[in-house]
Formats: sequence, C-alpha cells, structure tokens
Amino acid sequence: MIELVSAARCVTCDKCVAVCPTNVFDRGADGVPVISRQQDCQTCFQCEANCPTDALFVAPHTHPLPAESFAHDEEHLRRTGLLGSYRRDIGWGRGRTPGAARAVGPALSPTGPPLIS
Amino acid sequence: MTLELDADVLVVGGGPAATWAALKAAEDGAAVVLADKGYCGTSGATASGGTGVWYVPPEHEARERAMASREALGGHLADRRWMARVLDETYERINELAEVARYPFPVGPDGRPLRNGLQGPEYMRRQRVRVRRAGVRVLDHSPVTELLATDDGVVAGAAGYQRQAGRAFRVRAGAVVLATGGCAFLSKALGCDVNTGDGALFAAEVGAELSGMEFSNAYGIAPEHTSVTKTAFYNYATFYRADGSVLDGAGSQRGRSVIARTLLASEKVFCKLDRADEAARTAMRTAQPNFFLTFDRLGIDPFTQPFAVTLLAEGTVRGTGGIRIVDDGCATTVPGLYAAGDAATRELICGGFTGGGSHNAAWAISSGSWSGRAAARFARALGASASGRRVRAAGGAGLRPTGTTSSLSSADVVSAVQAEVLPYDKNYLRHGDVLRTALGQLDATWSALRSGLRAEGPDAVRARQAAAMAAHARWMYGSALARSESRGMAKRLDFPELDPAQHFRITSGGLDEVWARPQEVAV
Repeated sequence: MIELVSAARCVTCDKCVAVCPTNVFDRGADGVPVISRQQDCQTCFQCEANCPTDALFVAPHTHPLPAESFAHDEEHLRRTGLLGSYRRDIGWGRGRTPGAARAVGPALSPTGPPLIS
Repeated sequence: MTLELDADVLVVGGGPAATWAALKAAEDGAAVVLADKGYCGTSGATASGGTGVWYVPPEHEARERAMASREALGGHLADRRWMARVLDETYERINELAEVARYPFPVGPDGRPLRNGLQGPEYMRRQRVRVRRAGVRVLDHSPVTELLATDDGVVAGAAGYQRQAGRAFRVRAGAVVLATGGCAFLSKALGCDVNTGDGALFAAEVGAELSGMEFSNAYGIAPEHTSVTKTAFYNYATFYRADGSVLDGAGSQRGRSVIARTLLASEKVFCKLDRADEAARTAMRTAQPNFFLTFDRLGIDPFTQPFAVTLLAEGTVRGTGGIRIVDDGCATTVPGLYAAGDAATRELICGGFTGGGSHNAAWAISSGSWSGRAAARFARALGASASGRRVRAAGGAGLRPTGTTSSLSSADVVSAVQAEVLPYDKNYLRHGDVLRTALGQLDATWSALRSGLRAEGPDAVRARQAAAMAAHARWMYGSALARSESRGMAKRLDFPELDPAQHFRITSGGLDEVWARPQEVAV
C-alpha cells in the first residue's frame, strides 16, 4: 500500500492524485497530496511509476504498515535504491529508455517466443 | 450541479477494451465520451499487470496450432470462427500499435521484433494519449452508476458520479459500450480492485443476459500479503511445506489446487523459483519488472530464499464468463448496448478455460474495436432523433430500494459477498452442497440490499459496486450448479468427470430471481 509521500521531494504536480485508479489521495492544504483513503489502495504501484520526483513509496504489503516500518524511512529507501525503483525499472523519466523496448524475457517453452511482458 | 453531455457513443471503462472501442468509434466519425471509474491509463488489470497477447502471424499452420491449443482445455466450448476473427483483428491492431502508436516492442535475438506481449503501464499510457488525440472526451474518476434507457428498452446513455469533481454526470448517447472489466471481488489481486462487475449489473438491469458465469473461479498466485498476481514465472517454481519438504503435486499450471488444499488445512505453502537458470533469472527481470517489485521490497531473493505464497481470487477477470454477446459487433440482447473485454464472455475464444494473459488481451483488443465500430453505426442509424428521446434511469439495487432504508451498509454487503466467494473451499474446490448453501446466503444478501440499501453521491458508487458483486456471485453459483459435470475450469468435486451430454454453454441472468439454463453451442 502507499506508505510514504515525501513533502521534501513533492513538487505538488497533482499527478498521483489524478492517476490513482482507486482515488486514494486528496490534495493537502499545502499542495502536497494526503493519503486519505489508504484502505482503498490496491498496491498497483501506478502512483509511484507516474511521480516525476520519486516522492512516493508503495510498500508491497496489502495491509497498512506500522509507523516504525522501513516504508516510512525516506532516508533508508533512498540509500537502498528502493525509492523510485519502479520508475527506473520501467524506464520512465527523462533520458531513460522505456523498459518495454528491452523486455526480452525467457521463453517458457522450448519452441515458444521469449516472454516480453 | 449535474454535468450533462451528449455523445454518439459512450464507452464505460478505461482499460484496453474501452480504449480500443473509443478509438474505433471515433475513427468512424462518432462523437465519443469515455467514462472511467478510475483513470484511463492506469485503471484495470492490464495497466498494472501487463499481458501476453495472442498474436499469431497469418500463416495457416501457426493459426491452426494456436486455435487447437486450448480447445480441449476449454471443454470444446470455443468457436473456431470467432477464434479466427480474433486472431485476424488482434494481428492488425497490434501492428497498428507498433507502427502508428509506436509502442516500443523489443527486438528478439534474431533481430525480428517481438509482438507477443505488452507492458501494462506503457501500453495503457499510450492508449490514453491516442484516445485523447482522436478527440474522445475522457472523464476520469467518473464511475457510471446506472444506464439510461428509453421507454421501449433501448439503451440511451448512462449516469454516474464524478468523485473528484464532486458532482453527478449524465451522458445521453446513441449507443453504449460496457468495457468495465470482470469481477475480482476486491481481492486486491493486481490492479483488479476497480473490477467489481459493475457493467454486468448495469446490463442485467436492462435485461441483458450473461454467459459462462461458471467459469469464474480463477485464483492467482502471489507472495503472501501482497498484490502481484503475475504467474508466468511460477513455471520455474518448486513449492514447499513449512518443514522444507517438497509439496507433491503443487504447481502453477497444474497443481494450483494442491496449493489451495494445503492452505485450507492451515498450512503455509512456500515457494522458490529455483528451476530458473542464471540466464533465465536475468531475463525475467527485464521482462517483468513489476514481478520483482514485491521481492526487492521485502528483501527476498525469490530464486534462493523460500517465500510464503497465497492465492488471490481473480473471479471473472481471469475467468471467461461475462455479458452474453449475440453478433459480430458484440451487441448484447438489448438494443443500443454493446459489451467488450472482460465485461463480456470470452467463451467464444477460450471456452471454459482461463483467458488470462494472451487470450483476454486479444479479446479486449478485438471486441473493443468491433463494439466501438458497431456502436458508432448504431448511433448513426438513429440519426438526429437520438438526442430527443425520453429516457429513464435503469438502476435499482443500492439506488432505489424496494423497501424501507435499513442500516445495512455497502461494506456489510461486500463482506457478506466476499465470505461466499473468496474461500477456496467454496469457489475454487466447488461442491454442489456448498454452492447451494453459499447461493442461499448470497440470495439473502441480495434481498436485504435490494430492499434496504440506499446511497447517494460518492456513496452510491460503493453501493453499486457492492450490489454488482452480489449479483455477480449469484450468477456464478447459479451457473456452476446448472453444470453437473467438470468442464474447463468449472470443476465440481461432486461431478469430477466431463459429461458429453452437457456440451453446452450456460446462459444466466436476472436480479431478484437469478436463472441459469443451457444454451446449445453451434460448433
């Protein structure tokens, strides 16, 4: 579930508010999005993928994590490379190559084509 | 203040089928509105997941092989004519995606482009751009809550609530395409929580029929307490018990029921992708970055470290049941109403076997394109008289209760439905006695919500989702009970064999009274 909105990184572009398929965010008074309906988060990582400044972190868990969880430790997430890792891996963002262009996986059967998705 | 719009074609939904429908209707000259519950471009199972595509070059032998490959698995309920036209349409549309939309398909080791799959986020962000460039008016965060119909029963638009703008909306349209996805019962399977079967409810309320609703017991493997139900790479898995011994018979393609049985016995099931060699491991990461999100964030190396797994219900998203269609343009039995993608039955190309991955993707592309064109034609034939038609709102359950409003909440209904459809010993490992009891519970839930649940504004969206899930579950179990045999994915513990005398599809429908009956297959 969405666990972190970094006020320091956020540029208040409202993208996450717009793209969240389950309408989890509201715009806060200062422009930084607020996680208003975390229980509706479907852990799809779309907000993260669309955040231009890697200000969001979605934990893989489908239940909320306690305050002391790693998912709320921005410095830890930055140091370990987890912050913004999905956007990097799918090649979104300036100067990156779309991941789709190099998505050649293994073939699941001897005669089948390589998996590309 | 209500937003009022007029269109030739209204497309409900925002995933692959919806965007193809909107594109093709617009290319045909129709004025198109697309209303999505979430955000067109990120909504639905494909956008977050990604998918293989049933993309087969038009070579006779390859096509024959492709069509034959799942016929037996699907219980011989698919139709070759439909398979052939889906293969044709998908081939053309994927090439269009490569050449017109410039989707960055990768190049294989032999230097040839590979077009047998789509990365979800990339595919759907491009589809959004294309739809907008085609002049389609996109309404995001605009869940439809009910259809509008004329006095003589022709569908003529829809109404809903824009949850970010905080206002109601109504679109008067010459024709409506329902591309709302299947129903995964808010199981948190990847990208599926917007898929609550809304379209099927809307369709049934104007008298449309469903087909193949017994093929609705798909469950996807995911690491425990997580969402990523991408299952291809579990082909490399070995499954283990807690004590480290191999769980005999467990597997991804065959043997998922062994996993279910073990989990039912309150035992954990662990997994390692230990059959992938070094080359495969590296390639897997480039093919499916989202598959590894979970592991990287949990700090688990899935190739060497065992991780607990669960099965998440994917209902009719990965199943094949949905709104029955009656012609090549994906019309329903109701004039002015079309169905596409997972909202529609996929039996025509999958029979009773899961359409997950490549077939459902091909179906979304094809049925989307066909329904968009057919809806545009229907609207055009109505001419200028269309916008002057008198219409009534067709929604019932959750909006207009038949009795006194009770204290029942949408959340209560969702919990009650989930209690009957998520457990493996009810929906996955099906037995007639259990199904009958569950259906009785679901009927009671329906009666209670039909008579007493009433919601407005943003709450109406949740009430309608809950009602749609309740209706969906009842068509599923009604249809499952009407098939006293095992065929495709609709297996029955009490009837483990295929019965040649039941070589038919099962049509279903109804709301206060659910019905399910055989329909002969012309194959």
